[in-house]
Amino acid sequence: MATRTARRQSRRVEKKRGARDRLVISLMIGVPTILVVWLVWLPAVASVALSFTKWNGFKFSSIQWVGTKNYVDIATIYPPFWPAIQHNLIWLVFLFVLPTILGVVLAVVLDREMWGSRFYQTAFYLPVVLSLALVGFIWQLFYSTDQGLINELFKGNVDWYGDPDVNLWAVLVATAWRHTGYIMLIYLAGLKGVDGSLREAAAVDGANEVKTFFNVIFPVMRPINMIVLVIVVIESLRAFDLVWIINKGRNGLELISALVSQNVIGEATRYGFGSALAVIMMVISSVFITIYLRIVFREDRR
Amino acid sequence: MTTTAPPAPVRSRPSSPGGRGPSGGVLNKRRGKVATVIMLVLAIAWLFPLLWALYNSFRDYSYTQTNGYLSFGGWTLANYENAWSRGNFGLHFKNSLLITVPAVALTLFLSSLVAFVLARFSYRFNLTLLGIFLAANLLPPQALLIPVFRMFREIPLPEFMSSSGTMLNSFWALILVNTAFQLGFCTFVLSNYMKTLPHEIYESAELDGASVWRQYWQLTMPLVRPALAALATLQVTWIYNEFFWATVLISRGDKYPVTSALNNLRGQFFSDTNLVAAGSILVALPVLVVFFVLQKQFVSGLTLGSTKG
Repeated sequence: MATRTARRQSRRVEKKRGARDRLVISLMIGVPTILVVWLVWLPAVASVALSFTKWNGFKFSSIQWVGTKNYVDIATIYPPFWPAIQHNLIWLVFLFVLPTILGVVLAVVLDREMWGSRFYQTAFYLPVVLSLALVGFIWQLFYSTDQGLINELFKGNVDWYGDPDVNLWAVLVATAWRHTGYIMLIYLAGLKGVDGSLREAAAVDGANEVKTFFNVIFPVMRPINMIVLVIVVIESLRAFDLVWIINKGRNGLELISALVSQNVIGEATRYGFGSALAVIMMVISSVFITIYLRIVFREDRR
Repeated sequence: MTTTAPPAPVRSRPSSPGGRGPSGGVLNKRRGKVATVIMLVLAIAWLFPLLWALYNSFRDYSYTQTNGYLSFGGWTLANYENAWSRGNFGLHFKNSLLITVPAVALTLFLSSLVAFVLARFSYRFNLTLLGIFLAANLLPPQALLIPVFRMFREIPLPEFMSSSGTMLNSFWALILVNTAFQLGFCTFVLSNYMKTLPHEIYESAELDGASVWRQYWQLTMPLVRPALAALATLQVTWIYNEFFWATVLISRGDKYPVTSALNNLRGQFFSDTNLVAAGSILVALPVLVVFFVLQKQFVSGLTLGSTKG
C-alpha cells in the first residue's frame, strides 16, 4: 500500500519532469531495446519470412517464394528430421525423469541442515560452471573406444560416442551430470523461500516427511515446479553443444538445433529450408516461453 | 547448456521465528545416517569425472598405454605443455578475454539502465518491455541463426575493428549477440533488486532537484553493487562458456574463444586421452577459479532472480 501511494506520487512528479530528463529516460530504455529488437526480434521475424522461400544465401534477388514447400519437404523427404524430433523428445523425457527428479530430491534432502551439506552442494553444482562442450570433452575420458575408462573396466570395445545405437544415451548421461546440479540449485533456492511455519504445522499434525513434502511443500512450490518444467523443455530444445562437438549432430545424434546449423554453415547453404526448421523450434519454444512469462508476471503483480 | 538460465520468480518469505534448522524436518537418526551415506556416495560420483581428468592429465601417455588407465604412476607435466602449444591456448584465452570482458560490462550497463527505469517509474509499457527482454533470453539461439548470420556478413567493419572486414568473424559480433541475449535475465534480476530499495531516497533526491541520470548513477548504482557483483560472476562464466554463437559466427581458427576452439582441438586431441584431460583442465581452470573464489556470488546470482525482498 505504502509503495503504491509512493508510486502515484512519483507519477505526479513525472509530469513536471523536464525535457532533458525525459530524453535521458527514453535513451535508457531505447538503446538496449534497439539492440534486442535488432539482434533477436528482427531475426525471429526474418526467420519466419525466409521459411517460405528458397534461397542459397547469396544475392537477395535470388530469393524465391515457395510457400509451404519447405515444411512439406521437411516432413516428407528430409531423412534426419524425424530422428531429430525423436531425439529431442528422448532428450526431454530423459532429462525430466532422471536428472530433474534427482536434482529435486537432492535439493529437498540438502535443504535441511545435515552434516557436510555444503560439501555435497558444491560437488553437485561444480559441473554447472562448465560448458557442455567441455563436458563432452571430459567424458571422452570415459567413452573413448580404446582409452576410455568404461571399456577398460568392462573389457568392452564399444565406441560410445560413435555407435549410433548407444551414442545418444552416452551423451545424455554426460548432460545429466551437469543438469542435476542446476536443477538442485534452482529448487534449493525455491525451498528456502517456503515458510517454515508450514512445515512445523505439518510436523505438529504428525505428518511424516514424505507426506509433508507432497501435501504441503510441493503445492506451495507450484511456480518453481512450473519454472523447472519450462527450463527442462527449453534446455532439451536448445541442446546443441555436446552433439556438435562430437560429430556435428549426425549418425545417431541428430537434433533440430544441429540441423538448422548444418543448413547454414554446412556444405550446402539452404537458408529457406533451414529457416523452416528454425521456425519449428521457435513455435515449440514460444508455447513454453508464454507459460514462463505468465508465471513470472503473475508473481510480479502479486 | 547454453549458457542462459531463466530466472525463477519466487518471493522469499520470512521464516518463522523458530527458524527451521534440523527441527524443521522430522528426520530421525537412522534415516539421517542413511541419507548421509547416500549423499556422500553421490557427491563423490559427481566429483569423479573432474578428478579423473585431473589425475590423468599428469600422466605419461606411453605409461598409461602399457599399464592401462587403472594403474598408478607415470607422472609428467608434458601433457600440459603439449596441450598448451598444440591447442594454441595463449591465443584462445586472449580471445575469450577480449570477448567476455566487454560483453559482461555492456550487458550489466545496459540492463541496469532498463532495470532502473522499470523499477523507478511505473509506465504502462513496463510489463511489455520486460517481456520483450525476457522472452529474448529464452528463445533458442539456433532459431535466429540464419538472419543474424546473413546480416553480419553484410555489415562492413573498418579494418582496425575487424581484420575480416565484416561483422562476421569479428569479436564485435560476439560481444553484441551475447549482450542482446543476456540482457533479459540481468534486467529482470536487477529491476527486482532495485524495487526493494526504499522509495524515500528518490523522493528526497527529487526534492534536491537531482536529475534522472544522477538518481541512476550516483544513487542507485552504488546500492545495487551486491547484485551487480553476483551477476558479473554469473555472466563471466556464461559468456566464457558460450559455444553456439562463437562456433557459427566465427570461421577463422585464430579468432575462436577457448570454448569453441574445442571444436578444432577435438581432431588433434581425441587420439590421446591424456592430452584431452590436460586440455579440459586448462579450459575449465578459469571458471573453476571463479567458482571457488566467488562461489557465494555465483550461487546468489542464480538465486537472486528467484527471491524478492
